[in-house]
Amino acid sequence: MTLYRALLRLYPAGYRAEYGDELHATFVQRLRERGRLAPLVGPFAALADVLPNALLVHLDLLRQDLRHAARSLGRAPGFAVTVVLVVALGVGANTAAFSLADFVLLRPLPFAEPDRLVKLWQGLPGYGRNELSPANYRDWRAAARSFSGMAAYTNREANLTGAAEPERLEIARATPELFGLLGVPAALGRAISPADSADGQVVVLGHGLWQRRFGGDPGVLGTPVRLDGELYTVIGVMPPGFRYPSRETDAWTPLLFTPDDYLDRNDTYIYGIARLGPGVSLRQASAEMTTIAADLERQYPKENRDTRALVIGLRDDLSESSRLLVLGLCGAALCILLLACANLASLLLVRGVARARELAVRAALGAGAERLVRQLVTESLALAAIGGALGVALALYGTPLLGRLVPASLPVRDQPSANLPVLLGAVVLTLLTGVAIGIGPAVAAARRRSFEALREGVRAGGGRTRRVRATLIVVEVAASAALLVSSGLLLRAVYRLQSVDPGFRSENVLTIRTALPWTTYSLTDRRERFYRRVLDEVRTLPGVQSAAYVTAVPMRLKGGIFPVAISGEVSVTDASNSVALRTVTPQYFEALGIPLEEGRDVAEADTRTSPLVAVVSGSFARRYWPNRSAIGMGFTLAGEKRAIVGVVGDVRTRGLEQEGEPQVYLPSSQMADSAIMFYAPKDLVVRTSSAEAALLPALRRIVAAADPDQPISEVRTLADIVGDETAPRVTQLRLLGALSLIALLIAGLGIHGLLAFVVSRRTRELGVRRALGEETGSLVRRVLREGVVLSLVGLLLGMGAAWAAATGMGALLAGVEPADPLTLIAAAALCLATAVIGGLRPALRAARVDPVVALREE
Amino acid sequence: MGKPGSLCRYSQCGYTLAVMASDTDVDALLPLPPATFHILLALADQDRHGYAILQDIETRTGGELRLSAGTLYRSIARMVEQGLIAEVIRRPPARDDDERRRYYRVTPFGRSVARAEMARLAELIRLARARGLTPEPA
Repeated sequence: MTLYRALLRLYPAGYRAEYGDELHATFVQRLRERGRLAPLVGPFAALADVLPNALLVHLDLLRQDLRHAARSLGRAPGFAVTVVLVVALGVGANTAAFSLADFVLLRPLPFAEPDRLVKLWQGLPGYGRNELSPANYRDWRAAARSFSGMAAYTNREANLTGAAEPERLEIARATPELFGLLGVPAALGRAISPADSADGQVVVLGHGLWQRRFGGDPGVLGTPVRLDGELYTVIGVMPPGFRYPSRETDAWTPLLFTPDDYLDRNDTYIYGIARLGPGVSLRQASAEMTTIAADLERQYPKENRDTRALVIGLRDDLSESSRLLVLGLCGAALCILLLACANLASLLLVRGVARARELAVRAALGAGAERLVRQLVTESLALAAIGGALGVALALYGTPLLGRLVPASLPVRDQPSANLPVLLGAVVLTLLTGVAIGIGPAVAAARRRSFEALREGVRAGGGRTRRVRATLIVVEVAASAALLVSSGLLLRAVYRLQSVDPGFRSENVLTIRTALPWTTYSLTDRRERFYRRVLDEVRTLPGVQSAAYVTAVPMRLKGGIFPVAISGEVSVTDASNSVALRTVTPQYFEALGIPLEEGRDVAEADTRTSPLVAVVSGSFARRYWPNRSAIGMGFTLAGEKRAIVGVVGDVRTRGLEQEGEPQVYLPSSQMADSAIMFYAPKDLVVRTSSAEAALLPALRRIVAAADPDQPISEVRTLADIVGDETAPRVTQLRLLGALSLIALLIAGLGIHGLLAFVVSRRTRELGVRRALGEETGSLVRRVLREGVVLSLVGLLLGMGAAWAAATGMGALLAGVEPADPLTLIAAAALCLATAVIGGLRPALRAARVDPVVALREE
Repeated sequence: MGKPGSLCRYSQCGYTLAVMASDTDVDALLPLPPATFHILLALADQDRHGYAILQDIETRTGGELRLSAGTLYRSIARMVEQGLIAEVIRRPPARDDDERRRYYRVTPFGRSVARAEMARLAELIRLARARGLTPEPA
C-alpha cells in the first residue's frame, strides 16, 4: 500500500516516526480481511483512515502545545504581557492607518464605473485648480470628443422654509447630465432631466433631508417646497449613499445658464465632471483638453490668458496635503510594526537562550527538533494571536476617531471604519508576525540541541547571535528616530502655523450665519433694516461688546475675489488687481479685533445717497500708494468709484498657510440694489465677555423676531474656525506624537532587554575583569558603549529615512526644512537618552558582579 | 523508562506519567471515550499489539465496534501520554509475534482508571434500575 505510506506524511513527523510502521502494518492486515475486494476499497479506506485522523493528531498536538505555552508563559507574565502589548500596538496602528488609507485613497466611490470619472478644472499658473466659467465649460463640452458625457455643478445654500423651523440647506445646482453621468438613479421618483430645463423649479432631495424633514414619506413627490422663498416641486429622492458633490449636500436643483452667464469668461464658479468615453485613457483625454484650451486661448487671448484645462481622476481629486496626511500615518504605522517585530524578535531571542536548558532537557527526553520548533512557534503564534485580537479591537475603536483626517470633499457618506479586507490583512500580519518572531529563536534553540546546554554555565552565543542582536538594536533605534524626527517636524509646522498672526483676535467671538434669500432681500434697504434690527438688539445683550455683519468671516469664505481698478474699469481678474471683497456693517473691525491703522470705520451715515466709501487693508493701500497715505484716494469696483476713508490691518482670509489677496471692505448700506449679491453680509459676529454659547438662545430669539422664516446656520466660535485650519495637522501630530513616544518606549525596552541579556551572558567575563582590578566606571562604560554605538548607527539610518520622508511630505511642513536642525538635535538627544537609560540598569548590574560568585558559577 | 528514542520521542511521557498518578487525575479522565475503555479491556488480560487489540475489540463486541488503524493509534498515542498504557519492551513469545510489532500493557494507573470508569457506569445503571428502567421495553 504505497498510497497509505504516502498519506502518512500528513501526520506530524514525530508521530509518523513513532507509529508509522505500526499504522501501516495494522492497516494492511485490516485490509486483508476484505479478501478479494481489498485492491478496490484500499485507496478509499486509506483516505478515510488517514485524513481525519491526521487532522485530529495535529489538533491534539496544538492543544498540547497551547497548554504548554500557557504554563510556560504563566511563569513569565511580564514577558507575555509585553509581547501581547507590542503586537497589539503594531497590528492596531497598522489596521487603523490602513483602514483610513483604504477609505480615503482606495475604496471605489459609490458611482457606476467610478474609475472612468474625471474632474475638470481650469488651470492657471500659480493658482493650481480653478473652477470653470460657464463659457469655457460650454466650449469645452462642445469641442471635446474624449468623453461620453460632461456635466457641471455649483454649490449654493438656500433657506428651506415651511411648516417646521427654517433650515439652511447645502444645495448642488447641477446640469441635467450629472445624474446620468454618475450612473446613480433616484431611489424614489426621478433625478433631474433635460426636460427640467424649461423652468428649473424642481428639486431632488437627498436621503438624509428626506428622512429628517419629510419623515421618509414616499408621498413627498409633487410636494411644493420653498427655497429662499421660491417654490420648487419635489421630483425625486436620491438613495442614502449618494453624496455628490460633497458629504454635506442636502438636495439638488437644476443649473441653467442664461446668455448673460456666458458673457464673462473670468467668472469662474462652476465645477466640471466628465466620464471618459469607451477606450479613452485619462492621458488621451488630457491631451485633447490641452489642445482645446490652447485653441480657446488663441480665440480669447485676454480672458483665457494662460488658462489650461486639467483632467484629474475623481479618486485623485484630493488635495496633496490630505493624501500626505494619510500616507504619513501609514508610514508611521509601518515604522511601529517594524519596531514591534524587532523588539519581539529580541525578546524571544533572549527568552530562547534563557530557556536553552529547559529545551535541552526536553530534547534529551526525546523531543525531536521539529517538535521543539513547533512548540516555540505555537507559543509565539498564541501570543501574536492575542496581541492581534487586541490590536484589531483597538483599531475598530480607534479608526472612526481618525475622521478628522478625511477631507470633507470626499463624496462618501460615513466615517472611516475598519473593513473586512483590512481586517484580513491584520490577521495575515499577525500570523506573519507570530511566525517571523517565533521561527528564528526556535531554529536557534533546536540547533543548540546538545547536552552542552544542560550545563549551568552557558555563555553568550557566538558571532552570529551578536550580529543579530546588533541588527535588532540598530533597527529599533532607526525606526524610533525616524518617527521622532517626523513628528518633530510636524510639531514645528503646526507650531509655526499656530503662531501665524491671522490679523484678527479669534477668542471670545461667536459667529452665526443668517443668509438672507436673494429673492426676498434683493433690495439693500430691506436687508439693512434686518441687519440694523438684529444688531441693535444683540448689542444690548449682557456681555456683548460689539456686534456686526460681514459677507463672511475670514477663513470661512476663502475666495470672494473681485477686480479693482485705480483708473477706468477692468473686466479681467488677475493677480495684480484682485482683492478679497467684503461688505460690512459698522463695528466689524472692532468685533474681530482688526486694528484701524488710519482714518475711520464704516458708519451708519454711509448710505446710497452719501459719497461712496471703502475701508481697505494696509497691503491694498501699499500696493497702489506705497509712500503716502491712501486716505481720500479713489478706485473703481463693480462700476462704481469709491473713496478710501479708512485703512485697517491685513487679515489672512485664505487661511493660516497662505497670504490672501489685499482686502477691500464696503459699507453694506452702500451696495446697489440687486448688485454683487454674493457679497451681501451673511455672518453675524459677536464679541462677548461672557461664554459664547450662552448667547445663542438670545440670538435665535432676536433673529426669529426679525424674520420668522430666517434660519440660523453654522454656529461656530471664531476660534474654532481658525482651529479648523490646523485641525487635521493637529490630529495627525497627536497620532504621530503618540506613536513616536510608544516607539521610544518600545525601543528603550528592547535595548534594555538586549543589554541585560548580554550582561547576564557575560557574567563570567565581567567577573574576571573585576577580579583583575578593572574599575567600576570602566565596566559600566564597557557595557553602555555597546548600546550607544549601535544606537548611533540606528540614529543615522533613522534620520536618513526621516529626511527622505520629510522631503516627500514637503506640503505638510508649512515651510519647515526637512533637515530642521533643532528637530534633528532634539530627536537625537531623546534617542540617545533612551539608549543610555535602557542600558543603565544592565550596566550597573555588570558593575556589581561579584567575581567570586561569577567564577563559582562555572 | 524504555530505551531512549522509542517510548518517549513523541510524547515526552516521562514527566507526564509522574504528574498523572493521583486520584484527582483519575477523575479528570472520566468519562472515558468508548475506544479508550475498549482498549483498556483488550489489554486487561494480556499484552497485545495494535492489530490484536482491534481483533479483540471486534470479537468482543460482535463486530459492533470496528476501529480503523488511524483511530486506534491516535487513541494509543493519547493513552501512552496519559499514562494509561505503556509499550512493553520484552515481548511474549507468542506465535504471531513479529519483528515490527510493539506490544502494549495496561499500567497500574490505567487499571485504576478502568475501574473508576466501571464504577461510574455501574452507578449509572444502578440509578436507572432504581427508577424502574430496564434495557428491554416492559
